[in-house]
Amino acid sequence: MRKILLFIIIITTGLLFIARVFYLQIMDTSFVGRSENNAVKVVYDYPQRGFIYDRNGELLVSNQPSYDVMVIPRNVKPFDTTEFCSILNITPENLAKRLDKAKIFSPRLPSVVVPQLTKSEYAYLQEKMRKYEGFYIQKRSLRDYHTENGSNVLGFISEVNQRKVNEDPYYLSGDLIGLQGIEGYYEELLRGVKGVKYIQKDRFNKDIGPYKDGIFDTLPKKGKDLTITIDAELQKYGELLMENKRGGIVAIEPATGEILALITAPSYDPARLVGRQRSKNYTELYYDSIAKPLYDRGLLAEYPPGSPFKTINALIGLQEGVVDTDDRFHCNHGYFYGRGRRLGCHAHASPLDMVPGIAQSCNAYFANVYRRIIEKYPTPQEGMEAWSNHLKSFGLGDYLGSDLSTGRPGKVPTAEYYNKIYNYPTYKWYSTATISNAIGQGEILTTPIQLANMTAIIANKGWYYTPHILKEVEGKPIKEKQYTEKNYTTIEPEHFGPVIEGMHQVYKSGTASALRIPDIEIGGKTGTAENFTRINGKRMQLTDHSIFVAFAPVENPKIALAVFVENGYWGGRYAGRIAGLMIEKYLKGEITRTDMEDWILTHSLEDEYAKPLSGEPFKINQ
Amino acid sequence: MSKSISNFDWISIALYLLLVAIGWVNIYSASLSDVSTSFFDTSQVYGKQLVWIILSIFLIILLLSIEAKFYERFASVFYVVSLISIIGLFFFGKTINGATSWYQIGGFTLQPAEFAKVATALALAKYVSDIQTDIRNLNGQFKAFIIIILPALIILPQPDAGSALVYSAFFFPLYREGLSGVYLVVGLSSIVVFVLTLLFGPLWISVGVIVLALLAYFLQKKKKPGMIAYIGIIITAIALSFSVDYIFENIFEQRHRDRFNIVLGKEVDSRGIGYNTNQSEIAIGSGSWFGKGWTEGTQTKGNFVPEQHTDYIFSTVGEEWGFVGSSVVLILFTFLMLRILYLAERQKSQFNRVYGYSVAGILFIHFFVNIGMVIGVLPTVGIPLPFFSYGGSSLWAFTILLFIFIKLDSERMSFW
Repeated sequence: MRKILLFIIIITTGLLFIARVFYLQIMDTSFVGRSENNAVKVVYDYPQRGFIYDRNGELLVSNQPSYDVMVIPRNVKPFDTTEFCSILNITPENLAKRLDKAKIFSPRLPSVVVPQLTKSEYAYLQEKMRKYEGFYIQKRSLRDYHTENGSNVLGFISEVNQRKVNEDPYYLSGDLIGLQGIEGYYEELLRGVKGVKYIQKDRFNKDIGPYKDGIFDTLPKKGKDLTITIDAELQKYGELLMENKRGGIVAIEPATGEILALITAPSYDPARLVGRQRSKNYTELYYDSIAKPLYDRGLLAEYPPGSPFKTINALIGLQEGVVDTDDRFHCNHGYFYGRGRRLGCHAHASPLDMVPGIAQSCNAYFANVYRRIIEKYPTPQEGMEAWSNHLKSFGLGDYLGSDLSTGRPGKVPTAEYYNKIYNYPTYKWYSTATISNAIGQGEILTTPIQLANMTAIIANKGWYYTPHILKEVEGKPIKEKQYTEKNYTTIEPEHFGPVIEGMHQVYKSGTASALRIPDIEIGGKTGTAENFTRINGKRMQLTDHSIFVAFAPVENPKIALAVFVENGYWGGRYAGRIAGLMIEKYLKGEITRTDMEDWILTHSLEDEYAKPLSGEPFKINQ
Repeated sequence: MSKSISNFDWISIALYLLLVAIGWVNIYSASLSDVSTSFFDTSQVYGKQLVWIILSIFLIILLLSIEAKFYERFASVFYVVSLISIIGLFFFGKTINGATSWYQIGGFTLQPAEFAKVATALALAKYVSDIQTDIRNLNGQFKAFIIIILPALIILPQPDAGSALVYSAFFFPLYREGLSGVYLVVGLSSIVVFVLTLLFGPLWISVGVIVLALLAYFLQKKKKPGMIAYIGIIITAIALSFSVDYIFENIFEQRHRDRFNIVLGKEVDSRGIGYNTNQSEIAIGSGSWFGKGWTEGTQTKGNFVPEQHTDYIFSTVGEEWGFVGSSVVLILFTFLMLRILYLAERQKSQFNRVYGYSVAGILFIHFFVNIGMVIGVLPTVGIPLPFFSYGGSSLWAFTILLFIFIKLDSERMSFW
């Protein structure tokens, strides 16, 4: 025992130590990452973000350098604070506060003292910089806007939020990310790929050279330049027309599905979300819960489509073979359907067949067509299914699948839906219960872009490309199948002729005859949508929304659009005028109907919007 | 001399050379700065160490040239000189890192405590091997303890608890020569009670001790020892437990408490006092199977582990050479210690054997405490890893310690 005690202790210790080292080095793998966090600093090299051009090659968005004044607190030597503050336009107390904050963050690491200097501030400060030890200027890249329009289309850049940082390892806290619009949807194309440099640090977090001589380092890849389908001129003109109004305009090139203009009103200058005032401005826009400038009405606003929807019912009637273009229906200031219930209509000649039916927007005509569609089938459920399936083939009732970062599905009612609300089979329901669908007022909801797409489908006689906003990447046309393959509707092409003729007649002899544009043949359809709000819990009707859809020229359509003006009253009043002006602007490049332009530019709906907020009784539809 | 060359234990010498070489390679990596210069740059830590190593070779030749009996004959002189030199520190010492353990001689510093171990080992060997000494009786034990405890007590307040702790190594030769096993049992039991008290508190330990004693008493069938002995042990254990608690809470300084608490897992503090151990574990743990390669260790390069070229040099081995490298180093140390023990056992002279056991014991305590600290199983106690850690005094002292024994061993057959 005396001879072997130390032997045993030494051998045991040796084995235990080897076991412990085995545990540390092999079993427990957590140390590897911890040593890397510890000793290797990763520095990113941010690439230039891609530029954005409009369809005609006009530069809309580029980058501008921005200069942040940085400080490493421990390196600061006494300096002339008065001069420094006067250059930076801040008070000495403010500077002291910022420096304290930086010191608390870290005495050794850089912090921003004054962010985003203007070029002139920078130029002046640069001359003096050598006098301020411990301070330096860091260049960053910000967006530079060459347009005041289309902020909803372009989107904006913002610091990435924590949730995104957790989800996507590409982003680090403090990185910039595109949000909404093009910047949001095509973030990955625009941002490029940042370069990485690994730097070996010591325990004071000081750099002591590249890690492993830089073999893991990568170079940044520049972001891609994008050409979008927007026509900047048209967009600008649309926004001008929509001033002092609320609503949206969506214009599509029917032959390609390219979105020519996407206007929401009110809007804001995209440059407001750049620079030192960014967060203040964003907060202001964000909290404007009345005008909602950040709410893209062209994409998000769901309303009953109103009369433009009648064209679809006509098409479905023809396709289902329940109505012929020659079939006439009587209208006695409306359509009566049992027990004195009436779907009212305005004064016009009667009876009418299809083309004048559309031109005059006769409610009775479409009530008849709708009932024939539903009643063609043995049960109203089957009829409703057939009807809604046709609608869905027009891209209604679901997300369009466009490359816009937001959207709404709208709503197409189905048999199931009505079964539920009428508590079928306890209670039965018939076509008359859903008669409002005939004139686009019932349960159906659409967004302006869906309406514009529907109009493009009519212009194309039965097919559409999914509306999209991206035209070219680095000068090469997009190839995504989603936007380059035709979607066909369930309606045969031959049925579109009479409907197009009807829409043409809307301009020639119908509800938009006062809005004709010289030398341009337009097919259009007015619409009016009733709408309600809640004031102190009470449901109140507001002035109707003014709706208009149109495409032109009727032969070989170049543009199809939907215009939507909140509380603009009847379709021809605001929306119709705006639609005509947009078409003329796009096709001719100039305006000959200056009377219409003047009217729009001088009329404001602000009074109308103030009504429900005034707290006083008001009248509508005046 | 020529005759004795073949008698030198070349295995030990080879292990020594290997450890010193591996040690320097790691010191080089741990102390490498951006401005790389030649290996011999004496302004750099690795350059200085290289000088110490080369001087060690001359020292070895000198040590092996001296007649073996010289060491035994002058053991007392060395011991007295050592005591004077460590007492002199109180008057002429230079303070580095809070410990007054160095003499400044020109550009170099010398740590006499390192050499005092050698002198104590020689003195103890001489005393125990004296024909009149019987380590089995209390008088012999008392004198031997005085020899051991005197330098330890002088070193302790410098303060250098680590170096003082090393003197516990002399238990091993004494036990080998016949010291009662009671000391071992009492010593180990005290350590167990100490650690358990820190973990569970004195109350639970008291309950545990009583339950254990009762179990032992009733389960023992043959010749029951007196109740008195049992009660005595129980009371002693409980008293120890409470006094440990009292000493720990009231006499220890917070930093001592922290060191224990971190190892016992009662506290996690990776920024403050636990920083060294934590960073050292990260360095070793990130080494994986084969390590990051020589001078490629990120922890090492970033100087995350404090004192890495001295006390924490083993963490560089772990990081840059991985499990394979660490195991090799641990095995080399184990082999060297076992080899010395084997040599000690084959000595005919008691002086040689006691000295050999002292060498093995001292190496073991350094190895155990240093590596145990670096891999996070023992509290932080600053003592160097033999042959590895940077420092001339340490390297020379261990070289002298080892090569005196190799010289003694080479002449074990001669009669004098």
